Amino acid sequence: MSRFITRRLLSAVLLLFATSVVVFGIFEVIPSYNPARAIAGRNATATTVQQVSEKFGFDKPVYVQYGNTMKLIFTGQVIDYSDNLNVVDQFGQRFPVTLSLVVPAAVIWMLAAIALGSLSALRAGGLLDRGLMVAAIVGVSIPVFLLAAVLLYAFAFRLSWFPNTGYSPLASDPAQWAYHLVLPWIAIAALSIGFYSRVLRSNALDVINQDFVRTARAKGLTQRQVFVRHVLRNSLMPIVTLFGLDFATLLGGAALVTETVFNLPGIGQYEATAIGNLDVPPIMVGAMFTAFFVVLFSALSDVVYALLDPRIRLTG
Amino acid sequence: MALDSEDRGAAGIIVSAAPGDLLAETRHPPAIGPWRLAGRRLRRNKVALVFLALFVILVALCLLAPVYSNYIAHIGPNTNNITGTVDVNGQQQNVVSVSGVPIGPTWGSHYLLGADTNGRDLAVRLLYGGRTSLLIGAIATLIIMVLGTLVGLISGYFRGVADFILRPLMELIWSFPVVILGVALGTALAIGGIGPVKGNSVYIPAFIIGVVYIPYLGKPIRGEVLRLRHQDFIDAARVQGMGPWRIMFSEILPNIASTIIVFVPLVLAYSILLEAYLSFLGAGVQAPNASWGTLISDGLPYIQTTPTYSLIPGAMLVLTVLSVNVVGDGVRDALDPRAQVRVRT
Repeated sequence: MSRFITRRLLSAVLLLFATSVVVFGIFEVIPSYNPARAIAGRNATATTVQQVSEKFGFDKPVYVQYGNTMKLIFTGQVIDYSDNLNVVDQFGQRFPVTLSLVVPAAVIWMLAAIALGSLSALRAGGLLDRGLMVAAIVGVSIPVFLLAAVLLYAFAFRLSWFPNTGYSPLASDPAQWAYHLVLPWIAIAALSIGFYSRVLRSNALDVINQDFVRTARAKGLTQRQVFVRHVLRNSLMPIVTLFGLDFATLLGGAALVTETVFNLPGIGQYEATAIGNLDVPPIMVGAMFTAFFVVLFSALSDVVYALLDPRIRLTG
Repeated sequence: MALDSEDRGAAGIIVSAAPGDLLAETRHPPAIGPWRLAGRRLRRNKVALVFLALFVILVALCLLAPVYSNYIAHIGPNTNNITGTVDVNGQQQNVVSVSGVPIGPTWGSHYLLGADTNGRDLAVRLLYGGRTSLLIGAIATLIIMVLGTLVGLISGYFRGVADFILRPLMELIWSFPVVILGVALGTALAIGGIGPVKGNSVYIPAFIIGVVYIPYLGKPIRGEVLRLRHQDFIDAARVQGMGPWRIMFSEILPNIASTIIVFVPLVLAYSILLEAYLSFLGAGVQAPNASWGTLISDGLPYIQTTPTYSLIPGAMLVLTVLSVNVVGDGVRDALDPRAQVRVRT
């Protein structure tokens, strides 16, 4: 177990380092990109730009700049170039919004996928099974921002069932919080449900034909016990891996298009704005934030693997 | 010899007549190769054929964009017309109102789907945008197919130093969230361009998507090559004195061809989708060019008043990607009915 943790920590540090170097490197190669000019403002004189450049160290060699930026990030002092806001504070303030968007959406799509996938495996070839096949292929063909736009148009503007955009904090009024987030939840969850349930279904069909399932039936377990304890448990693994990666990237800001369309002030929206302004620090922090969750959840999904299947050992 | 044995039997050679008769009794139907079998399975898949037809129609529509622009709409895709007027049911209306709101769909030959804030014809831009989206998808797919196969072959066959360099590189790209990597590259290159290629060239997003998705093909190909390289026919080729490159291309490549073909539609679908994502976020196709992604993004502020602005490019995008995916499923089922190849963003 300690070997597993050490190896995972090591690869986490390596991945975070690689991520930050890649993002920083990408922005270093932009010839016409001058952060000093962005900070100094529109009407700045050449001298002011020069001063800003010296103050922030943009005149230093690349590796010194990289070192400074990393130091600022890890001491929580890094500021963005366009609004002079503390990036780490911004991530801290905005993260609850992203959590309220992503976590319920993830719960919805996992529960729906497990239920629908199980049902369609039990009645393979049935109406639900064929419907899910269509849903899965449609789901991977629609970009999430388009679904968000359609939902916004249909349910917020035409039918006025839901508020069009914006966010209401959970602490002040849970009902308003959920009311504002129903459409974004659907936008994120809907496209994944079809695909996840298809994967679960095909795994369940593989497992159903194995010997231990026949044994379980032969020893007199009910259909429900056989399915839940033996089939489902063994067919959840690929979904766990998929889910770990998808959930991690969503937490790190991959929900940025959904947050943009629905005007939710989460970290994704912050990253999207930073992309528009070529504001390196928030993009770097965002990329490392995502990488952190990717490593964390890939380790967690390995732990879940071991829980689901005692034959698997955590060797890293 | 056995086939013309009847004639010889007539000539009195008894020994060869006996096996000839045996063969005549158990004559097999002409052998069908795996490719023709796959083609036959694909032709029986009516759904895939219907969507293939849909895809061809959509591509043809987009390719005919200049015809529509010249002979029906009489306006170019990037022609501004802020102060102009258009005839709607006998009334002259401003293309862009005094307060800056563009006209909605007229359902006539001019401004069929309305205008944007610069007074450009959205229907013309929709078709030209489709051309851009499809072109980027096609170039990106070509890059992924060529480089992904090469990287997979080299990394899997040579192992050693090549594998030591290529494999971590693929893992690094792979573990990056595709959208974030694409966006970072896209914003960076949109300003500076690459060498002689200008920042607003449509080849830049194509190049970025191509690079970002190389591991999609490279990793599975590498796995296949690793599996194949210890088989007897490779050893036989090596013993005959074939060089590594000849073995890779004339022995291994034909054996992984069906895997590569299965990936073509998948990669095309993902490339078109990623282009839409990047353009939506402002990191893909740059002004004045349009793509379906930029049109959807441009139309969002007008979703309440003119929903067609966003939703029609959206529908074109979804129909295209959907038809590619359905055809891809059909191709996969035809080539290997038991395969489980399925990847996603």
